[in-house]
Amino acid sequence: MELSFTQGRWNYDRWGGFDPISSSNAKPPGVELWAVFDVPKDQVDASWKNLTHTLSGLFCASINFLESSTTYSTHEWGFHPSSGGLRYGTLPREAVCTENLTPWLKLLPCRDKAGLSALLDRPSIYRGFYHSQRLHLTSSEFHSSGVESGIVLEQALTVVLQPNSHKMSKTFSSETKLQPSWSLSSIFGRKVTGRCILAKTSNVYLQLERGLVTGLENLQKDNMITGPDHVGSGGLKDNPGFELSVRPDKMFKEVNSLHGKSSSILYEYSIERYSVFEPFDLGLTWKFPVVWSCPRAPLHSSRFLMGSGNQRGTIAISFTSTDLEEGFLSANIGEESCKLQADIFQVVPWYIKAYYHTLRVFVDGQPEAITNVVEKMHVSPSEDKESPGVMELVLKFPCAVKSAALTLEFDKGFLHIDEYPPDANQGFDIPSAVIIFPNFQTSMHYLEDNSSNKSPMLSKFQEKSPVLSYTEVLLVPLTTPDFSMPYNVITITCTVFALYFGSLLNVLRRRVGEEERILKNSASKKAGRLPQLLSRLSAKLRGKEWEPPQSPSTSSSFISSKLILKVFIVAGVAVFWQYYSE
Amino acid sequence: MVLHCYSHFLAHSLPKELKGNLIIFCADVASAMFIRATGRNLQIAYGQSLKFLDLVKLSEKSDILPSGDIAALVYLWNPFTIVACVGLSTSPVENLAIILSLYGACRRIAPLAAFGWVMATHLSLYPVILIIPMILLLGYGPDTPPRKLFLQRKYVEVGDTPSNDRCQQGEAVDQPELPYVFSWRPVIHFLFWTSLWLVYVLVLCGVSVKQYGGLWELFKRTYGFMLTVQDLSPNMGVLWYFFAEVFDFFRNFFLIVFHGNILFMILPLAIRLKHRPFFLAFVYIVISSMLKSYPSVGDSALYLGLLGLFVNELADMKFSFFLFCGYIGVSLLSPVMHNLWIWRGTGNANFYFATAMAYACLQIILVVESVSAMLNHDRKLRKLSATKVLDGKT
Repeated sequence: MELSFTQGRWNYDRWGGFDPISSSNAKPPGVELWAVFDVPKDQVDASWKNLTHTLSGLFCASINFLESSTTYSTHEWGFHPSSGGLRYGTLPREAVCTENLTPWLKLLPCRDKAGLSALLDRPSIYRGFYHSQRLHLTSSEFHSSGVESGIVLEQALTVVLQPNSHKMSKTFSSETKLQPSWSLSSIFGRKVTGRCILAKTSNVYLQLERGLVTGLENLQKDNMITGPDHVGSGGLKDNPGFELSVRPDKMFKEVNSLHGKSSSILYEYSIERYSVFEPFDLGLTWKFPVVWSCPRAPLHSSRFLMGSGNQRGTIAISFTSTDLEEGFLSANIGEESCKLQADIFQVVPWYIKAYYHTLRVFVDGQPEAITNVVEKMHVSPSEDKESPGVMELVLKFPCAVKSAALTLEFDKGFLHIDEYPPDANQGFDIPSAVIIFPNFQTSMHYLEDNSSNKSPMLSKFQEKSPVLSYTEVLLVPLTTPDFSMPYNVITITCTVFALYFGSLLNVLRRRVGEEERILKNSASKKAGRLPQLLSRLSAKLRGKEWEPPQSPSTSSSFISSKLILKVFIVAGVAVFWQYYSE
Repeated sequence: MVLHCYSHFLAHSLPKELKGNLIIFCADVASAMFIRATGRNLQIAYGQSLKFLDLVKLSEKSDILPSGDIAALVYLWNPFTIVACVGLSTSPVENLAIILSLYGACRRIAPLAAFGWVMATHLSLYPVILIIPMILLLGYGPDTPPRKLFLQRKYVEVGDTPSNDRCQQGEAVDQPELPYVFSWRPVIHFLFWTSLWLVYVLVLCGVSVKQYGGLWELFKRTYGFMLTVQDLSPNMGVLWYFFAEVFDFFRNFFLIVFHGNILFMILPLAIRLKHRPFFLAFVYIVISSMLKSYPSVGDSALYLGLLGLFVNELADMKFSFFLFCGYIGVSLLSPVMHNLWIWRGTGNANFYFATAMAYACLQIILVVESVSAMLNHDRKLRKLSATKVLDGKT
């Protein structure tokens, strides 16, 4: 099971899309939950419902909204191989706050009282660009090849922060600004004062990405500093690019057989020997501007809406190729059979009625036949108020593709007023689509000496998982009825029906001559010039012959006096009742 | 099943835009021809019954308009029909089925009537109430003045002839022409053919939807959908907004009430108008078009066309000009309000709903006034016949 709470959107362009962190820790905004159950098929939904309710109570979040069948879905060959017991649901609009972080921290052995988690200063976390807390739970009875037995809980908190750049004074001749220097105390306002007693290991890792290492090496070459070849071999003081305030305990270099460029470097700091009297405060001061870019996924994907009006629209997913191709696939680009595979998994709620037959694919601006690009397609159309629409596509683009796009048309549905959220005019969210590149694995292998225990971080980096990216959450405005009008609408409609019912029965009931009698009676009651003219006019309009009023018969006057008497009696009773009931 | 064949046809003829409309176009033209034939039939039968009642002077007093031709032209040139045709809706096919059934019933062709009724009920549920006028049409024959007049006439004639032989002879001569005797043979014939067609259609449907869940699933998704108003998209009716705003607790109650409104009126109308079964069918069609869960302009096209068949009897209808202007006004305003609400976002749902209410009110006025005018026409005939009887006696 994996549950993640995320606030903010991972910027794949600037923060990377190819490394293990961005593939496993970059999550869609809001809450994402997927779970694989090991129960018989008919009990999976009930188990899912129990799970959502339990998690909702545990984490003070509205995960219980995921229990209704309109919010979760299953998928066939998505990012997790499953045998039908997988359920996936997201809540894009869920806001994340400290009330969700606190239960998450409670699951840690030392909570946030000791160890590394004592660093977590709430204001600094929530001031960042992106923060995501993630829980990953595996039960080894489920796994056949689990190393540990029992239940393994893995918790990850991913925060992207910008250090304060007050101290940026030096500008260089090349007009590029120096990167902001940071330290743990400047970002979090605290220092690490020792490790958690219950923890087996407590380490801090600093990773220098490939691009940065290349930049530093170029800088070294430019400055013509002689000495040992690369940056990390102990000679940190010679490093022209940056300076670390604490000397790392160990250094790992990536074993890199894939790229021709340089490899990333990992520094390890062990918190064992630090305490309250000797706190750990790692700081990095930049000395020279370096520009580097993070490794990105082979295709940068984004999703947007097209169309206007509240009746229909189009969802479009666009891919742009990034620089990865040129370096990575240069060997293969020339071949015609080289194909770049991308898997798309998209769930749309039921009120976005997507027409899957309108799927169109454009490669490099030219429309392509679906069969050329789409290798496999699995569609589960939505059912009104019952299940969302699920689409899984396996696309194969030619390796030299520059840009590609998919469009899908949809109609917007109409909801009952109870189904609108409190802020109905904001719109509704279509959850993120998942784009997977199964041909590219994000795993980094680091050379390590045999004496040390295998650290969990390194084994995490070595896990083979495909490159994953999430698209944006789309906001779709739907037409809203007038929320202030339920009584009015019900009353007016029922009036119309009563009008129909009453008039038709009245017409059917009338007997011969009764109408003329009624007309005569009403005409006879009138006296005076003006009513006579009026009755003449009304008779003319109705196309009937006008008869001059006759003298009122005794019966009619008797009836009218009886009526007046009745009215007086009823009024008297009402006054009497009112007076005596007070 | 029909939809399947229709879509098959449409897919094959998609390249040529015009041909996509071919089936609907043919349906419209066929409907018009059948309306014309029915109108002529009705007019002939009515003329015969008037002659029998010796009220021919009434018919010659004013110009008798050829109601069949007028009705056919009104149906073909009605903007609603044209709009339904252009929009590739299936309403023309449904209208054709209803008209086929009524034509068959007028001409006492039981297989055709049964086929039309079964197809109309299969396509949309509401024509099921037309079984009553159709049984009356098959039993009694086309529209006639009220039965009482024939009975009065008969007694007058019997009273005139003193001898018994002449009386029996008169009766024997008049028997086959008496339109107030209910003949069961065509009805039984019709019911037999109905059951045959019903079984045929059900078997075909069952075979074609076997892999999708069987017949029960088909009924749940088609008739169940219509009866429970699942989809709340705006349309020309009043039920969509109502069921978008009604509280869930009362939803079933109101569903029963609204569909019961259609069912409740069947009996009083049948009792009052049993001598005019074709007009009864027309009134049923108007009521079901007005109160059905998803009305459309195609349904209005049908009853506006059939209204033309009664131009002679409904000549004195009140508010006819008001209704005409009202229909034009609503059909112009309604798309504007829809656009304002959904495409531009400057309007409100209430604007569009107001036009739908106005449309419903217009239809109510049409029903009530047409029934009232027809009953007035009957009263006039009765008065004339009574004066004739009095003249005959003196």
